[in-house]
Formats: sequence, structure tokens, C-alpha cells
Amino acid sequence: MGNFVFDLIGKNIVAALVICIIPLVFILPYALIAILGELKIGAWMQDRVGPMRTGWKGVLQPVAEVVKLLQKEDITPTIANKPLFNLAPFIVFIGAFAAFAVLPFSEKFIPSGINLGLFFVFAVGSFAVIGIVMGGWASNNKYSLLGAMRSVAQIISYELPAGMVFLSIATIAGTLDMQTIILNQSGPIWNWYIFGGPQGGAIKFLFIPFFVILFIVYLISSLAETNRTPFDIPEGESEIVAGYHTEYSGMKFAMFFMAEYANMYVVSAIIVILFLGGWSSPFGTSFMDGPIWGIFWMVGKAFFFVFVQIWLRWTLPRLRVDQLMYLGWKVLLPLSIACFMAIAFLAMIN
Amino acid sequence: MERKFIEYDFGRVDSERMRLNVGPQHPSTHGVLRLEIELEGEIVTDVIPHIGYLHRCFEKYCEQMQYPQVIPYIDRLDYIASMNNEWPFVMGVEKMMNIQVPERVEYIRVIFAELNRIANHQIAVATFGMDAGAFTPFLYLFRDREMILNLFEHTSGARLLYNYFWVGGLAHDVPPNFKDTALNIIKTVRATNEEVMRLLMGNKIFVERTVKVGILPADVAINFACSGPVLRGSGVEWDLRKAQPYSIYDRFDFNVCVGSNEIGVIGDSWNRNIVRMNEMEQSCRIIEQAIAQMPNEGDVREKFPKKVRPPKGEIYCSAENPKGELGFYLVADGGNKPFRLKSRPTSFVNLAVLPEICKGYMVADLILILGSIDIVLGEVDR
Repeated sequence: MGNFVFDLIGKNIVAALVICIIPLVFILPYALIAILGELKIGAWMQDRVGPMRTGWKGVLQPVAEVVKLLQKEDITPTIANKPLFNLAPFIVFIGAFAAFAVLPFSEKFIPSGINLGLFFVFAVGSFAVIGIVMGGWASNNKYSLLGAMRSVAQIISYELPAGMVFLSIATIAGTLDMQTIILNQSGPIWNWYIFGGPQGGAIKFLFIPFFVILFIVYLISSLAETNRTPFDIPEGESEIVAGYHTEYSGMKFAMFFMAEYANMYVVSAIIVILFLGGWSSPFGTSFMDGPIWGIFWMVGKAFFFVFVQIWLRWTLPRLRVDQLMYLGWKVLLPLSIACFMAIAFLAMIN
Repeated sequence: MERKFIEYDFGRVDSERMRLNVGPQHPSTHGVLRLEIELEGEIVTDVIPHIGYLHRCFEKYCEQMQYPQVIPYIDRLDYIASMNNEWPFVMGVEKMMNIQVPERVEYIRVIFAELNRIANHQIAVATFGMDAGAFTPFLYLFRDREMILNLFEHTSGARLLYNYFWVGGLAHDVPPNFKDTALNIIKTVRATNEEVMRLLMGNKIFVERTVKVGILPADVAINFACSGPVLRGSGVEWDLRKAQPYSIYDRFDFNVCVGSNEIGVIGDSWNRNIVRMNEMEQSCRIIEQAIAQMPNEGDVREKFPKKVRPPKGEIYCSAENPKGELGFYLVADGGNKPFRLKSRPTSFVNLAVLPEICKGYMVADLILILGSIDIVLGEVDR
């Protein structure tokens, strides 16, 4: 994609800006759709109708909410540390937005095809916690501070299992480049890494449980990374009011909000890339495959996992901090390390 | 597999303790309760409940009111279970005046009180689930409560503050389709309760969150004069409907639900709520029996005394409210106004036990323990 824009406009600053803006153009409509999905799916699960007044069946509700947030007074507490307080939402959003730079949408469409894509996503994914701590501390509010403290503990403990999952897939794929990982999985559906990957031999069927466990480990860790239920402990509405963004209002709050939704897509896309073949068609290379269908498959599969996150949010209660730590350190981490060993062994005998 | 629980043992860490105000404006204090808590990290070391934000001089006010006028004020004590609130007061005045209410009135009172008990327990379980972060059961339970409120509205004209039990009878007769509606409500309540048992009470995360949290031993519960599900969750089989049957409760077959060691330990938050869930089923049974036995014909208004003037004397009359024992100590001087009306508010007494049972737990647990005690600030502050 980068090459295409450079060919079209020439290698100058305008071309670079265009490439930067493309993911943003995706994020904004996506966030609106995800918010609408949250409202409507929540309503559907709870036997309500959800918003119905704005537009046909309430489809314009997210737009109305964004407009409302834009119009709201932007309050900064007088005792807050103003520079940090104002900077925090942007850092959180940058963390989510930067990951879009390396997320492929199709075979021919990736904003920046660097060969360390997986590592890059992992690195900027942990960026958000800085913003959260910054916002929580600078608000000078005890609830915010509690939320920020919880957030640090949570993200650090869940990045390790997630890192082990990344490492396992990188080992078996032999690369950190997302496009190559996806290319490895193209072809029939059993080439996907959740089914053991493309490497041949009946031996791979012995290793499928490890891949499935890794898939589940990452699914759980991703919920913790996006602060979604059952891991919405940093926001823990019923306990610490709104956690780290208690004091934020107006557009700064919207930045936190949008970062959360952007993050939801990022982790869903990572799940799809690592385990479910990314943009490759589940029907093999001959049917519904190609660059345009690739966008459909990539976004469609990722949206399914966004849906799963929304679904879990309206179903499950919240964990407690110590239970979250227990799950992260004593269950997920040993499991993922064991799976990593097994998969490294598989990679060695191949 | 044996269940595992985590002990909060982080060793000795010298750190500054943080004082935190929870409330009066907080999503989970169930009204305008202010809890001053002291935190060491996330662990609660001290809790001081501050009450009185909703104080409205109920007891003094009642001395200026004629007896029938007191009833609407009693509605506003525990505004979630108004039907039950009215009952002990009305019953006390009736006893003083030696009024024998008609059979049909007694049955209607039992049915409405039990329906209101179901409505109250639905709110209690729903908000408790929401304190734990589960939002969906909340709406399922509220959907059913709506049916009960509609029946109340159809009967008394009000959805929350009914003013329906009057001295000597009831304000109005029940609507014609009353029996069918009540039976229909019971059917829906049972179906939803089964769903909630699976979705919320049996949920692994929810069980982990609530089991072994806020354990209230039976002796502490008795020493603090707790009553209702808080006491029964601790394993004490004490229900005024069984222990000193008032009205016509001795005619019905129902069980007193107590906490057990089955999933949690006796007296923890989970048990207090499973008691509520089971009590809803018992209330359904009582309503079914009452509807079957209830006489179809009979007046509910005729027996009203024109002027309510109890003779000089005093009486303590209590009834089993959804939240526990609600009692009124009434001193009459022969006039048309109470000389003194002292209430024994359930929520106030139950709330007193909170600082005792939540030290050493985390902030998230504190909110859950508060939710499991099920207070209504209208009754705490009066």
C-alpha cells in the first residue's frame, strides 16, 4: 500500500500524511459501528430495544454521542497536574492508533509493511498503560489513582502470557512479519495456526491442543489488555466510580473511549492474524479469495471477535484484583510457557 | 476439584494509609450513604458509615399526624417494600382497637406482602449482581418486577408508595383479574429466577467473587440484632412468619430458608443472596396457596372505623419485612394522633454490622458486602 501511494503522489510529505490518515479513516467509522454494536447488542441481550430516536432505529446514536461529547465543557480539576492531565488521553490513543500502522487489511493493503510487525504491535500496545497511569495520577483523585494502580498491575501481568503467545507463533512461523505469518496460513482452513499451521505431517495433529490453548490464552489476555469485562477492573464502575478517567470529561474522555474501541479492534485483528489466517479465505485460495475479498475476511473475522468482547461484557461479572493476578501469573503464564515449549519442539522437528 | 481461595497475605509493607470517602454520591452505595474507609493499598482497614443525609424526622412527624395519615409516611421508610412496611403499623393499631379484619382482607394482605417481598428480593439480587459487574441479570429481574408494580398500580393507583393497607381493611378492592395476574406473575418470576440462578448465582466468576467474602458468624449476627436474609444467611432459622405467626401465616406451608455450606460458607455474601433467591420461591408458594384459599366475595372497606382513636396504651407490633424485622412501638394517649411512634428499622440495624465484617477485605469486596446486606437509605435515615 505504501508503495502504491508513493507511486501515485511521489515520495514526499503529502504521501506520508496520506498513509498516516488511512488508518484513522478506518478507525472513526469503525468506532461508530462498534459503539452502535455495543448499544444494540447489549439491548438485544438484555431484552430491550436500545436507542431508537436518532435516525432509523437509532443508528445515528453514536454520532449523537460524539457530538454531545464535543459540545461538553472540558473540565480540568484545579488541583490536577495540568500538562500531564491534558497529555494522558492522547498518549492512550496514540498507543492504540500506532498499532494500526502495521495491521494488514489485505494482501496488498498494509499501511506500513515492516518486518517486525508483531513486535511493534506488542511494543505500542503497552504504551497505553503510561497514559493511564499519567491520567490517573495527574487527576489528583483517589479513585483515579486506585484505577491507575490496578491498571499497571493488570497490564503487566497479562502482557507476559500474550508475549509468550506471540513468541510461539513467531517461532513456528519463523518470522515477526505479519504478512508472512498470514501467507503461511493461506490455503485450506487447516493451514490456520489454530489448527496447527501449514507444516505437513500427521505429527501436527498432536500439537493442535497446544495451539487451541494458546488461542484461548491470548483471547483472555486480550480482554485484560483492552480493559473489557471481566477485566474492566481499572474502570470498575461499581467500585471506583470510573477508575482512571473519573475526572475526564468532554473530548478528552472521548479519546479514552475511542482508544478502548480502537484497542478492541487491534487485539481482535491480532487474534485473527495469529490464529485464523488473517485475510485469507476459509475456503482455500480458489474461492472468495483475493485482495478485495481479503479486506472482507480480515475485517469480518476481526469484527466477530469485537462482537465476542461485547458479548462477554454483557454476560460476565467482574473479577477482583487478586483473582486477576492469580489467573494471569498462576494459570495463563505457565500454560503459555508449556505451550511455547511444545510448539518450539514442533518447529524443531519440522 | 477442591475449590481454591486466595488469602490476602502480601506480607508487611509499610505504607501510608489512604482515607477515602465512598459516597454520598457513588454508584454503589445504594443511595446517599457515606462510607469513610481507610485503605492500605487496596485493603480496607477501617470503615465508618456516616448516615443521616436522608433524615426527615419521621418519628417526630408522626406525632403530628392522625393515624390514617401516618401510613403514607411509613411507605417512605423502605420505599422498595411499602406494602410490607404498612403492615406492622396497621396491625398494631388494629390490635389496640380490637378490630378483627375480614378473612378476605387478610388473604389479600398476605398476597400483596409476598408479591412485594418478591419485588424487593429481585432488586436486592439485581443490584448485588450489578455491584459485581453483571449488568444483564439486573435488567431481567427488573423486567419481572415491572409486572408486579403494574399489578400494584392497577390495585392501589401508585407504583411505589401505595397507602393500601388501612386500619381495618384495605383502601380498595382488588381488580377483577387479580388472581390470574398474580398467578401469571409467579410463573414468570419462577422462569426468570431459574435463568438468574444459572446466569448469575451459578456463574464461576460470581461465585469466586462472593464466596468467603464478608463472613458474618451467627453469634455476631445475633449480637447486632440482625434480621431477615442477613441473619438467615448466617444459618439462624428465624423468621417472624414462622417464629411468631401473625395474621394468617400459620395456614400456609412454606420453609424458612437458611444459608448452607453447600457452595459458600455459612454467612458469606453468596449465602445471603441465595437465601433471597430461595425466599422468592417460598413467597411464590405462599401466594399460590393464598389464591387457592382466598374467598371470592367479601367487602374490604366496610369495617373501617370512622375515627381511628386507639385507647390509651402501648404496643409493639412487628412483621417480617423482606429485609428483616420491621417493628413499631406505638404509645397512644386516646387521641387521634400517636403520642409516640418508635420504629425499629431493619436496614439501620443491619447496616450497623457492616464495619464488623468488612475489615481486611478489598475495596471491591466492601462494595459487594454492602450490596449483600441490602439496605435502603430511606429506612436507615428515616
